[in-house]
Amino acid sequence: MANARVSPGPRSDQARIPGALPESEQALRKKFLEEAQLVPGGDRISRCLQCGTCTGSCPVSYAMDISPRMVIALFRAGQIEEILRSRTIWICASCYMCTTRCPQDIKITDLLYALKRTAMDTGLYPDRLPIYLLSKNFVRVVNRYGRNHEMLLLLLYYLRRNPLALLRLLPMGIAMWRKGRISLFPAKIKGIETIRQMLEASKALELPREKQAVPYVEGAVGYRAVS
Amino acid sequence: MEYLYYPGCSLETSGKAYDESLRAVFRVLGVGLKELEDWNCCGATMYMSVDEAVSLAISARNLALAEHNGFRGLIAPCSACYTVLLKTNRFLRDSPELKSKVDHFLAQAGLRYNLTVAVRHPLDVLVNDVGVEAIARAAKRSLDGVCLAPYYGCQIVRPERGFDDREFPMTMDRLFERLGAKSVYFPLKTRCCGGMLMTTFPDVALHLVNELLECASQNGAHCVVTTCPLCQINLEAYQKRLGKELGKTYNIPVLFFKQLLGVARGCSDTELGMQRNLIAWKAPLPAAVA
Repeated sequence: MANARVSPGPRSDQARIPGALPESEQALRKKFLEEAQLVPGGDRISRCLQCGTCTGSCPVSYAMDISPRMVIALFRAGQIEEILRSRTIWICASCYMCTTRCPQDIKITDLLYALKRTAMDTGLYPDRLPIYLLSKNFVRVVNRYGRNHEMLLLLLYYLRRNPLALLRLLPMGIAMWRKGRISLFPAKIKGIETIRQMLEASKALELPREKQAVPYVEGAVGYRAVS
Repeated sequence: MEYLYYPGCSLETSGKAYDESLRAVFRVLGVGLKELEDWNCCGATMYMSVDEAVSLAISARNLALAEHNGFRGLIAPCSACYTVLLKTNRFLRDSPELKSKVDHFLAQAGLRYNLTVAVRHPLDVLVNDVGVEAIARAAKRSLDGVCLAPYYGCQIVRPERGFDDREFPMTMDRLFERLGAKSVYFPLKTRCCGGMLMTTFPDVALHLVNELLECASQNGAHCVVTTCPLCQINLEAYQKRLGKELGKTYNIPVLFFKQLLGVARGCSDTELGMQRNLIAWKAPLPAAVA
């Protein structure tokens, strides 16, 4: 009985212990915590009082399906997948009001960025809401030209998301064009080579990752499964 | 006084009037501006959501170039650029892990950054380096009769405490009051305009813009004065659509603060890019004072 006090821990062939996180959730948690750790002050997420000041201060919380306060609650409850499946992280416009007012000095906006990166890396997005396309195309344009080109970015985004919306934007585009506020062709910066070198250096650091969209099964995870 | 100038992508196209009026006003006030050569995009709010370390490195390239040029002050007029460049400085200072990663990326591109560049907003430079009194002395005409809603937007005052209060800044209010204009009570002065949500969630952004315009017009403002190219476009270009979708008709000119300052200084309309505004602004001005 010498080893009686040492817990063997759950083996993969055993049934899951009640309360333990499923493996997919554990992986998400690890990924998110890695991203959050890179945010200076990111560890303060553990100090949350659930006071709701963030939700009350947020100008767009009325349009979110999960409020900023609930994001932290769900993180604690081990339901990160539920957060990534919501529109919330993509609705945040980064006005930093929640961060400014948080009595516990939690960097909420920066943590939402960490969640966005987790979503991008794991391919978990809300259904039929490919908002991440804007960020992805933005990165494409900047990597290629060194600067953002507003028209090219909007074109790339709408062509994938909703080509008809381009027609609606046309009158405004023409008005802006006549005022000399639109440039038609993007121009590369001279030092585009330096941007490319930095990108390659970052690729060399990264481990290959699987970036495949995970199919969503209604009610199988998180919040909805509990309630 | 000479500063290095980082225009940012928006000021090249949609916010061209901001660039033109900024250069004109600094010229007449005797503040030297030298454009940072071969600057690149700061990464805005979107690069950050894809890769943190690379986005910081891309933004730090500008700071490294500025440092290499021997300047300590870099002027960034766009709110997004301003907040991202400040954030880059802060993250690199506070996180040794990010600093070493970014240093490595920069080194691959033959660059190096030692955190010596201070990022400044032109409003901050005007009020704290040039001084309100000096600007008032240089004014050629009074702004008497101008009723404006001073709109700061979110990112020039947040997240860190910068040159003014994070929720109720007064810098621009005082500056224009001193020049004879009336700054109306505008409690939504740092509320979000929606930013890029105008593209991704237009219904949400239109709601926010509507709130801002309603507050400004009900408090008696004849124009909104802003410090950010994205705020300017959101507030100005969607007023027609607000009429269609929410049944609210507005026709409020939205100016860059530099344009109004240029008017006080007697700059011509073309110098200030006034012809680029979608909603024309007519100055209710008396004859020149001096």
